[in-house]
Amino acid sequence: MATKEKAKPVEASRNGGAEPLGGLAKEQLHLMLYQMLQGRRFEEKAAEAYAIGKIGGFCHLYIGQEAVAVGAFAALRPDDYVVTAYREHVQALVKGMSSREVMAELYGRRDGSSKGKGGSMHLYSSKVNFLGGWGIVGGQIPLGTGVAFAIKYKGEDKVCLCFMGEAAVNQGAFHESLNMAALWKLPVIFIVENNRFGMGTAWERASSLYDISQKAAAYDMPSAVADGMDVLDMRRVTLEAVDRARKDKIPTLIEARCHRFMGHSMSDPVHGVYRTKEDVEQAKARDPIHTFIVQLRDGGVLSEEELKAIDERVQAECEDAAQFADQSPEPGIEELYTDVYRVENEHGRLFFDRKNRLET
Amino acid sequence: MAVITYREALNQAMSEEMERDPNVFLMGEEVGLYNGAYKVSKGMLEKFGEMRVVDTPITELGFAGLGVGAAMAGLRPCIEFMTHNFAILAWDQIFNSAAKVLYMTGGQYNCPIVFRGPTGAALQLSAQHSQALEASYSHFPGLKVVTPGTPADAKGLLKAAIRDDDPVIVLEAEMLYNLKGEVPDGDDFVIPLGVAEIKREGGDVTILTHGKMIHIALQASQKLEKDGVQAEVVDLRSLRPLDLETITQSIAKTNRAVYLEEGWTYAGIGATIVATLQEESFDDLDAPILRVFQADVPMPYAKGLERAAKPSADRVVDACNRVLYRNER
Repeated sequence: MATKEKAKPVEASRNGGAEPLGGLAKEQLHLMLYQMLQGRRFEEKAAEAYAIGKIGGFCHLYIGQEAVAVGAFAALRPDDYVVTAYREHVQALVKGMSSREVMAELYGRRDGSSKGKGGSMHLYSSKVNFLGGWGIVGGQIPLGTGVAFAIKYKGEDKVCLCFMGEAAVNQGAFHESLNMAALWKLPVIFIVENNRFGMGTAWERASSLYDISQKAAAYDMPSAVADGMDVLDMRRVTLEAVDRARKDKIPTLIEARCHRFMGHSMSDPVHGVYRTKEDVEQAKARDPIHTFIVQLRDGGVLSEEELKAIDERVQAECEDAAQFADQSPEPGIEELYTDVYRVENEHGRLFFDRKNRLET
Repeated sequence: MAVITYREALNQAMSEEMERDPNVFLMGEEVGLYNGAYKVSKGMLEKFGEMRVVDTPITELGFAGLGVGAAMAGLRPCIEFMTHNFAILAWDQIFNSAAKVLYMTGGQYNCPIVFRGPTGAALQLSAQHSQALEASYSHFPGLKVVTPGTPADAKGLLKAAIRDDDPVIVLEAEMLYNLKGEVPDGDDFVIPLGVAEIKREGGDVTILTHGKMIHIALQASQKLEKDGVQAEVVDLRSLRPLDLETITQSIAKTNRAVYLEEGWTYAGIGATIVATLQEESFDDLDAPILRVFQADVPMPYAKGLERAAKPSADRVVDACNRVLYRNER
């Protein structure tokens, strides 16, 4: 079957804007580098743990896409909301969840953020307004739209970032949500992480239109393309959208062009039938962490000692998270029936097997 | 006590709860300017404004999911589906999101949301507009399901549903909206979820049912009475939580039961109730429980075929006679 022409590479990054390094202070730049490295090392640790069976089920790694989360979240206030899909470990960390609670959740342990009931795909924290962590492709998009509706309803000036992979754009939920967000002027920013592969299907084999940002035109919504491999460009583009949402309650669609360096999940090789080794190598040549380090060095705000110190801190933290997770107990069997209902009503039976499971 | 219609009772329930709690809002197709496809929300837009009575595009998955997100962010949405047939488009958000929020977040976020609207057959609306979907909803842990069959139950159960901190499915019926009945006055009239009601007392046989089928059961019980049989009609009202106690007590009294439901029999509500009762009430039963249900086909359009497909009072009478081992046919 004929498919669309292959994509052109992303245009040269406009980077952080007019000012060098986005006009950011050294501390903030170091924090962003720390977050990117933390994400990378955390995922490497998770891959190790998965390989020895400490983590089960589906596990989708973010390696290669760190600049998207770190750059986008740098445009947020702490009380802003994030809703996302299932490739979300790093997003959870950058939003402020601890590496311990995230790793323990991946291990399925009691100290995990969801007490071991969610796992890799379902991370949430009400403390930092991170609303997860959703496993049905596109299912989180109406939810993010709803969070923005609540913000507007309550008269707040928060915003909601709603993430999705490019494959989610073909779901009805995407179109229904963008329509409502634009129609009702909701403070939501839809960020499409276009890593070009919906599992094993390349974007040009899945969409009649290559440029995702153009889809916003159908909803009379502003849109932008960001270089998702450049953390400063990602921040700049997101910041413009966040300002528009916060001040004027106008939603934006951002296409963040990026690459994943790993397979779709841990059960899928990095390259093979759907992706060539060369493609992966080309992507890795634009490693967002390396790119950022070069930018910082060139800007004279990162010494070798500082880089080493950040990396050592990150490594120690990930090691600690893995140890913490490993030592955390399994959830007790009594947890099986908790959190199904917030209110177990005074009258009537809610569970139809409880008798068989726990009383015998 | 005022005599009002079922639709007025629903309107009162929503209006009172919206006055009581500023976080409650109504959203759905035609709920505002049009006053509701079935006029349930008549006058509410004028009263509460367009931020709290929200007309949506025809986008069921979208606004159902929007409601779930809004509930996670602290609001208490009341989502109206023009009918639950259309809610099938939104089932991903109801089953995959709303029902699982609390569990997947380890209790961090709950989802206080109501999904309401009519279900079941009206008259000659054919296959896609006539489905009784309570069994599908009741299947999912994390959801609560109520089926009010009278104006009083409509008001009391909808108020309880809006106040509940979990997702609640409220299943109404087109054929009930005009039904009049006595409804207690006052904002505090709330019927707790999980409490069945005996709509008619009798000692010979128990007719278990829910939703608008209670009226078929009552018709059947009148016919049976002429024949000297006193049927007890137990209206479950709430399918999850389920008031098993009232059911088993009635069976302990009558020793015989028929389950009447509007939907299909396979994996239906009756199937679950019968399976549960053979565990709970085995020694009280003098006959196998029989079920009366819709024909196992998509609903046909032609009048005669539709009539043949729907459960009827005559079928209930027949089933009662069979569990009583009378008039074997």
